[in-house]
Amino acid sequence: MSEIEKSLPAQRDLLRVGVDPEEKERCGTFLQDNDKVVLCGVHQEGVDLLSTREALDVLPEAREYLWRALREDPELGEFQNGYFIRARKGVKPFFPVQSCLYMSREGMRQHVHNIVVVEEGAELHIITGCTSSVRRGVHVGVSEFYVKKGGKLHFTMIHAWGDEVETMPRTGVIVEEDGVFISDYICMHPGKRIRMYPTAYLVGRGATARFHSVLVAVPGALTDVGSRVYLQASDTRAEIVSRAVSMGGTIIARGHLIGEQPHVRAHLECRGLLLKEGGLIHAVPELEGRTVELEMTHEAAVGKIAQEKVEYLMARGLTEDEATAAIVRGFLNVDIMGLPDALKEELDKIIQQSDQESL
Amino acid sequence: MLKIEKLKVEVGGKEVLHGINLHLPRGKVHALMGPNGSGKTTLIMTVMGFSRYKVTQGRIYFKGKDITDLPVHERARMGIGLAFQRPPIVRGIKTRQLVEMCAGGREVDVEAIAGELNFTEFLDRDVNLGFSGGEMKRSELVQLMAQNPELVLLDEPESGVDLENISLLGRAINRLLERDLKPTEGKSLKELRAQRKKSALIITHTGHILQYVNADVGYVLIDGHIVCSGNPKEILRTVERYGYEECAKCLR
Repeated sequence: MSEIEKSLPAQRDLLRVGVDPEEKERCGTFLQDNDKVVLCGVHQEGVDLLSTREALDVLPEAREYLWRALREDPELGEFQNGYFIRARKGVKPFFPVQSCLYMSREGMRQHVHNIVVVEEGAELHIITGCTSSVRRGVHVGVSEFYVKKGGKLHFTMIHAWGDEVETMPRTGVIVEEDGVFISDYICMHPGKRIRMYPTAYLVGRGATARFHSVLVAVPGALTDVGSRVYLQASDTRAEIVSRAVSMGGTIIARGHLIGEQPHVRAHLECRGLLLKEGGLIHAVPELEGRTVELEMTHEAAVGKIAQEKVEYLMARGLTEDEATAAIVRGFLNVDIMGLPDALKEELDKIIQQSDQESL
Repeated sequence: MLKIEKLKVEVGGKEVLHGINLHLPRGKVHALMGPNGSGKTTLIMTVMGFSRYKVTQGRIYFKGKDITDLPVHERARMGIGLAFQRPPIVRGIKTRQLVEMCAGGREVDVEAIAGELNFTEFLDRDVNLGFSGGEMKRSELVQLMAQNPELVLLDEPESGVDLENISLLGRAINRLLERDLKPTEGKSLKELRAQRKKSALIITHTGHILQYVNADVGYVLIDGHIVCSGNPKEILRTVERYGYEECAKCLR
């Protein structure tokens, strides 16, 4: 039995948010159940993984990263814990660090504060899964990411919540010169309500941010998710892409690009697919140019699956359900994210379920 | 193989085909000619069973079975394959995946098929996304070769294809239709031809493809009526010389 299997019984819950219980292709694991850190270990030279509480105690420099990428909000109250992950200068671990924020107590309020630092020339991939075994609860996830000069942070986040869980993440990202921040976000079970609007500040020349979101909303769910990038230095690049599928739930897909310096390029794309009556998709793309020399574009489209495409695949021998599932899967475009297989299977299951329900 | 009886078809509430009769025997290739808007595409889309094309009268039989009311995928599984004139873009599905789906679980050598049509570099692109007209035609044929249907419906397979690729395309169609036969020991070509099982209905506006693929019978479709059937080369020569106006005379 692996460490994780011993620590938490609900393995199925972990698998579906991309946590690898055998830690085979991971260089470290952080696991928080309710308000307690149950696992926190790394086996990679040059990568620090601590609980945020511990980091603030033992690392004097950790305090410098608290409330710098986000404005402090006293109304949130004291956080319980969270993770502090740092890739030291030039370190490029081959495998990702995984983390899981788990809620197993009915009606609890989980409040974490996470800090990730990628130092100069380092590269780090984090896969984080947030999930609950209970129906009801509140999850407040505050995250601050710092990508230093020439560093690269790839952050994959998967949300799969119980039906009545409310989630309010706050995320701030600061990217320095030639740094790269990539966010892949998959929300398969939004619970009752998710509201988030992560914001990246590209402060150094040549910095890049890319946000990709895959949003699925079942009836009764409200997903209000956006991404915002301030392009504050010349030659910075940003891309925000969201794919929303409503199976009867409400999705508000926002995006906001603010070009403040010359020679920036940014693109925003929101595509929505309404699979069932009663659903709602509201695409809100915003572009804000504050200088003459910039190039910012957006495209948005909301609609249903074209019958023509379904029948095209049927002419190749697929049933209507198979064709629809293939098109939805393609639309969500999760393949480019390089997700773990268990996660892809979970997504396929949701798509198939929706097909059966619509019969 | 395919038998169409007194077929009337509506598209968007307007009747486009006004009573089509057609019989395509096993092993034969028939060419369907006619001006733009005469109903050629409507006819083969109806044979495939697309919902936009409403049969208001008449029947369609395939291998002796009435398929008029069958859904598209059942017709495909029975052995009907269609190369679209303007196939839709399907984002997020790679052409390679679609070709594999076409094989329906059978083992196919996707690379080899694509290589034959000079199409290898497109396999890892989204289906039809950013393809030129000619690239779409090659993509359609790669899919059909994986699907390997008994009845092949081709909608203007040559339009938009450049000269360099048109003979490739012709060769691939001949292979698909078992028309690339060579004499073998023990059997004459005549005997081999008699064993052919694949049939095709090819729509051609220009007739170019008939330089590469021999059609046994040609039809001219004008305003939703078949006005003529006969030797396809002869029909083509008439059309080249006198235009479809000459064929329209037979409509009266």
